[in-house]
Amino acid sequence: MSFFEFLKPKKKSQGSDQDRGILVFEHTSEVIRAENVLKASGWKIRVMGPPPEIQSGCDLVIEFPLIEELNIVRTLQKVGASPLEIVPVSSPLLQPVDLFQIKDFDQYLMVRAANMKLTVEKKTLNIVNISGGGCPDVPYLAQEMVGKSLSEAPSPKEIGHTLCGYALQLAYEEMTRRCLP
Amino acid sequence: MLAIVGTVPDQKFPLTTGKVCLKDDEICIKGKRVHVNRGTPALLAAAVKTGEMLGQSEFFGYLVGDIGLGEGSRNLYEYLTKNLGQSKYSTITFHYLQPDVDWHNRVLFAIKETVKQTILIADAGFMYAAKMSGQAASYDLFTPDIGELAFLADETAPHPFYTRGFILQDEKRVPDLIKRAYVHKNASRFLLVKGKKDYLADRDGIKTMVDSPACEAMEAMGGTGDTLTGIAAALIESGMEISKAAIVATRANRLAGYYAQPTPATQVIEIIHHIPGALEEILQEKVTGKATTK
Repeated sequence: MSFFEFLKPKKKSQGSDQDRGILVFEHTSEVIRAENVLKASGWKIRVMGPPPEIQSGCDLVIEFPLIEELNIVRTLQKVGASPLEIVPVSSPLLQPVDLFQIKDFDQYLMVRAANMKLTVEKKTLNIVNISGGGCPDVPYLAQEMVGKSLSEAPSPKEIGHTLCGYALQLAYEEMTRRCLP
Repeated sequence: MLAIVGTVPDQKFPLTTGKVCLKDDEICIKGKRVHVNRGTPALLAAAVKTGEMLGQSEFFGYLVGDIGLGEGSRNLYEYLTKNLGQSKYSTITFHYLQPDVDWHNRVLFAIKETVKQTILIADAGFMYAAKMSGQAASYDLFTPDIGELAFLADETAPHPFYTRGFILQDEKRVPDLIKRAYVHKNASRFLLVKGKKDYLADRDGIKTMVDSPACEAMEAMGGTGDTLTGIAAALIESGMEISKAAIVATRANRLAGYYAQPTPATQVIEIIHHIPGALEEILQEKVTGKATTK
């Protein structure tokens, strides 16, 4: 290391903010309220200025652990402090995958949303399998939902916590739209 | 020895480490029992079945309860940073942990500091964290499905949920996605891509493709990717070369699925029951040079 090396700003490591997301709010007062709620719940968050790519909302945003988006959004919804928009820090213009893939297995129907798949038996509308994903709430969601009917099973939105849970919620909503009156 | 690190879907399950065995379709570790459904218990069960067939001794498990809140995972990450570096594992497989780049880096640093020559395998949440950290090249084997491959290939994506448009594309794009994952240094030494067709690749491209026997219903079943990773880990631990182990594993997993005659409602334990028979058939075929087509 040269003598002045330590004076140079440290290069940010590639993954330093890859797992962080940004909550965008309409008004600063909402940011402050959300900050208080999330900090009181023990989340590691910080209030900062918005990146230039974000064109909506006020002059402050909240940075949060993106993987736990579903849990954080639910926490904010409970106190009426839902964000206007949620984006990844690494690339604020990225949008959640919103395409569905439907597969008909004759007696069964499978809906895939992003990396998650939900399968029901057509005759009974029982959830028979859940697959895909890599966050720890996936095995938990499968444990709680498989074997129950689509109308009786808890929704991923209620009991899931992560982005995989969020993706499963989209598959669940699409399945419900297709199968339930 | 092979170590397997992951979570079980029970928030009350304490951080538990110890040798793992399979009894009555349940994982046993330090007097505790875990039902085998999907996730890390399915990976462990497949590895144990493979190990038994190969005459290997028991594997070591690092398990904690986590239902997606991340607290269990973070406790386990912390434990690993303090204890994994002193271990003498030949192979470590990381699985369903809450993706956390900071904790991932601390664990990897602890391993690299003291454990040399250890083969590192990652799948599920830990693989997500490995990619996000920019340290993917430190691993020997990732086992993504097609959607996860798209995530590895998208240098900006923080999670498969935010992967740019190509996540639902057909498998024709697999060679491009593999190439892109290596170009951006978001791939391990070998990639075993799970799907309708399974692909083994390295930085030079696709080395082998396996597409039979094919059971369409396996796509809907939870845990079939976990069993594949478990079989591969145990075969690698037996001393088999990574590339060979990956191919034998994908063939055995497919054959076990074929013998289970699954429907989309079949649970993964049915496939796990058939792993020893499938493996024996494939390994025997290699000895006699006989090829089996299904």
